[in-house]
Amino acid sequence: MKYQSQQVALAYIACALLLFAVQVLVGLLAGWIYVAPNFLSELLPFNIVRMIHTNALVVWLLLGFFGAAYYLVPEEAETELYSVRLAYIQLAILMIGALGAVGSYLVGIHGGREFLEQPLWVKVGILIAALIFLGNITATALRGRKTAVTNVLLLGLWLLSLLWLFAFYTPANLSLDKMYWWFIVHLWVEATWELVMASVLAYLLLKLTGVDREVVEKWLYVIVGTALFSGILGTGHHFYWIGTPGYWQWVGSIFSTLEVVPFFLMMSFAFVMVWKGRRNHPNKAALLWSLGSATVAFFGAGVWGFLHTLHGVNFYSHGTQITAAHGHLAFFGAYVALNLAFFTYAMPQLRARDPYNQVLNMGSFWLMTGGMAFMTFVLTFAGTIQTHMQRVVGEYFMEVQESLSVFYVMRFGAGVAVVIGALLFIYSVSVVRSREIIEPGPMQAATGE
Amino acid sequence: MAEILTRTRARNIFYGGSIFFVVIFVVLTIQSHRYIVNTSTAGAPLTEEVVRGKEVWEEHSCINCHSLHGEGAYFAPEVGNVMTRWDVLDDPDGAFEVLKGWMESQPSGVEGRRQMPRYDLSDEDMRALSEFLRWADQIDTQGWPPNEAG
Repeated sequence: MKYQSQQVALAYIACALLLFAVQVLVGLLAGWIYVAPNFLSELLPFNIVRMIHTNALVVWLLLGFFGAAYYLVPEEAETELYSVRLAYIQLAILMIGALGAVGSYLVGIHGGREFLEQPLWVKVGILIAALIFLGNITATALRGRKTAVTNVLLLGLWLLSLLWLFAFYTPANLSLDKMYWWFIVHLWVEATWELVMASVLAYLLLKLTGVDREVVEKWLYVIVGTALFSGILGTGHHFYWIGTPGYWQWVGSIFSTLEVVPFFLMMSFAFVMVWKGRRNHPNKAALLWSLGSATVAFFGAGVWGFLHTLHGVNFYSHGTQITAAHGHLAFFGAYVALNLAFFTYAMPQLRARDPYNQVLNMGSFWLMTGGMAFMTFVLTFAGTIQTHMQRVVGEYFMEVQESLSVFYVMRFGAGVAVVIGALLFIYSVSVVRSREIIEPGPMQAATGE
Repeated sequence: MAEILTRTRARNIFYGGSIFFVVIFVVLTIQSHRYIVNTSTAGAPLTEEVVRGKEVWEEHSCINCHSLHGEGAYFAPEVGNVMTRWDVLDDPDGAFEVLKGWMESQPSGVEGRRQMPRYDLSDEDMRALSEFLRWADQIDTQGWPPNEAG
């Protein structure tokens, strides 16, 4: 860490980890309700549980992005942050909003557009926080060195903040409402967030592998180019069955198939940079998370997305557990793992010490990734059976769900592994142990056999 | 390729291409907006009751258990075609009665079965909700869902 003001990232990471814990614990509860549906059914109905699960996820990911921006922009721009105080005010607003939203959900105050359930005052708070952030980070970037990493990161954050304005527009016409709702939901996770992801990944690889900046930045522009060229019209894969015109079936199928490309490139980019890089960076855990993020994102967002994106397939699979399977692995790979890669990289620097608890941290990677992969597989099986029984044979929803119960039990088991992994991760970055649980072996110069 | 595609060229392609696709997307969005208003949702009037019904639907966050035209939580049945399933699509009074009867019988309390919470809606709101669901059901969704099961 070169600049004092980068320290604000520490507070962002701490708050993000708190909400991460809330998200996975509440997610586990939701998984348990699938197994034992009467559990808490009067006190805390499933819809409230799910709202907290999804909202906590989105907010902690955003906190991670903001934290990453506050950490890497000063270093890229080679200047202190424009204002440290504004960064803390922004964090306070976001945390009051997040906790206020959870509190109001628990007492039954919520809107009803999926993921946008926040009361109006929270939505306004998020907007104010975003404006403070954009002002602060843009002022920082403008007075220092301009790099491709900051350009792409800021472009992504500007665009996602602008798209947030659609949260304030709720047309009375359901089909219009759905169409503009996707302007936030899709254009966040399948366009603007990819810009953030690619730029943070590029920064991490720059630091971890020592590959020439010129090479990294060229890759970065190619990746985000393919992300937006495919992702913008790829929005069409949400416009098949909501009352929008039929041509979206072709536009959506073709362009959303191409959405695999940026994820394949990100994975290739990560491995090629590690292969070419000559730097032996001591933070092995951060490297594992970086490579893991790019890889799992390719499978979760790319492969599992393609699985049900063609309109002929989607006609049958739309809104089944296939979607749930894809959603879980895509979010984990692309955004959860990327944030955890950044936290793992930044925490030792923010605490001014050598990388610590790397073995525990890497263990948490395999627990979480293994758990998420298992969860994705069982939900995919459940979704395949559901698609056949319900959409092809025409059996009713509840009867089909009852025959899927064994998969929900296995999903709960996978969820337990993910939660243990998440808590282990939080422990490994929060508590500094004096030494690793396993001593590293000696460095040996090995010849290729 | 490394020499042809410099960083500056990659950047210019990124910005130029993105603007190009944004323009196409905006044009298609405007066309879709008009198509929704004039064609796909024009089968039944968007009455005040329907508008109120959508608010009732939102205030209770029904979407976080049910799905509506395939979007939602998949924990509870699809309701985009529920009025067809109940065979009351063209029968406003029947739709109201069936919906009221169903919602007042919840939660079922049956062990091992997913529970829908009890929502005490006024008759006015219940009517608005059934009108909203009837209105949603008549939207032209390109033939989705594949069958009555939703």
